[in-house]
Amino acid sequence: MVDYILRILPALLAGLDTTLSVFFLTLVLSIPLGVLVALGRLSNIKPLVEIMKFYIWVMRGTPLLLQIVVIFFGLPIVGITFDRYPAAIIAFVLNYAAYFGEIFRGGIESIDKGQYDAAKVLGFTPIKTYQRIILPQMIKIVLPSVANEVITLIKDTALVYVVGLGELLRAGKIASNRDASLVPLLLVGIIYLALTAILTTAFQKLEDRYSYYQ
Amino acid sequence: MVLEVQGLYKSFSGEPVLQDVSFNLNQGEILAILGRSGAGKTTILRCINNLTKCDRGTIKVDDMYLCREENGATVYANPSTMLKIRKNLGMVFQNFNLFPHMSVVQNIVEAPINVFGMPKQKAHEKAAELLEMLGLSDKADSYPFELSGGQKQRVAIARACALNPKIMCMDEPTSALDPELREGIASIIENLAKDGMGILIITHDMNFAKRVATRIIFLDDGKVIQESSKEEFFESMDNERIRRFVAM
Repeated sequence: MVDYILRILPALLAGLDTTLSVFFLTLVLSIPLGVLVALGRLSNIKPLVEIMKFYIWVMRGTPLLLQIVVIFFGLPIVGITFDRYPAAIIAFVLNYAAYFGEIFRGGIESIDKGQYDAAKVLGFTPIKTYQRIILPQMIKIVLPSVANEVITLIKDTALVYVVGLGELLRAGKIASNRDASLVPLLLVGIIYLALTAILTTAFQKLEDRYSYYQ
Repeated sequence: MVLEVQGLYKSFSGEPVLQDVSFNLNQGEILAILGRSGAGKTTILRCINNLTKCDRGTIKVDDMYLCREENGATVYANPSTMLKIRKNLGMVFQNFNLFPHMSVVQNIVEAPINVFGMPKQKAHEKAAELLEMLGLSDKADSYPFELSGGQKQRVAIARACALNPKIMCMDEPTSALDPELREGIASIIENLAKDGMGILIITHDMNFAKRVATRIIFLDDGKVIQESSKEEFFESMDNERIRRFVAM
């Protein structure tokens, strides 16, 4: 048994590599983009608000799997071609930025309007108000929801199989089919659980760090 | 004169809130604007602090026009003048609006350092001095949620004083205070006035106005009904509406 696990482990770890790179790249790109989506959605610029609403509607209203397929297989029809990996990343980032954008919007809207008044009378520009007053307070408010999204993301990465990328779950499935054994899939489950445990702990630490005020 | 308000008009969706409000504030003076809730008191403060744009009128802060009439239109100060005006205007909100994610001292030094470019050390020295004056030295590193209402108010005063403004506006300073804390805030206000600040207090607290004000304006339905020295105000009572208000 141990021998078997050691034999299939390299293939699984190679899959894990893709899983983690899709995960981190999506996070690093979609969180800042999500902030911009939230700010656009909250702006006074009517057309921008409508564009954001439409974008959020489409991204939340269709399956991520479909979005990946459209970007990789559909866009070439109109002359836009991406490699597998960039196509997957673009789909993930666009999708997650919409969700993060809505989470951040909720966070920003729950901040007391008096904070804006106080910043204004102290001479803060709107940009400084967001930088120093609003966004720092937003982070604390949105942390639990962001943790939820991030844990969903680690499992969503399995969807990149659709463009032929070999990630963790696919590596497990291949080994499982080949060897007619459930062990590879169970192993994959354990790896996902371990990743989720790490993420949960990390977010708990972050929440603790922001618990210095109420 | 540190503050001059002339012919101020403001309406919200057609409903007039301020109608031709005019008054002045001098250095070292404590002016209380009295009136029942809904009389337009807070709107005056919001207009002076440019949190609400007035429809018409002139507001002059220490020789700088925040807004004025020009060819029938109301023209507002440009951003750089606005910043100079802000430096001369301190504002203490009714619910203080402290920044909850910043410690007491950070609340005080934030604007001087990050908006007005004051050297860090100088800002912190000024903050320490203000906290000492307000008896809050031991709270410098506390967070707003750890403070009582009275302490929060003093932090808000310290924050508003950090740039040595010539005018201090206070919206209902006694509303969050226990009666025994009123005397404390009254003497803080008096000390600020003694140092030459002009203080503008919005309140419906008759007794507090009686205790601390040097001059009183009575506002009703967005209009100035009476303007007089405190002594005159409480002696004459020749206006029916004021009598009714005082009797409440």
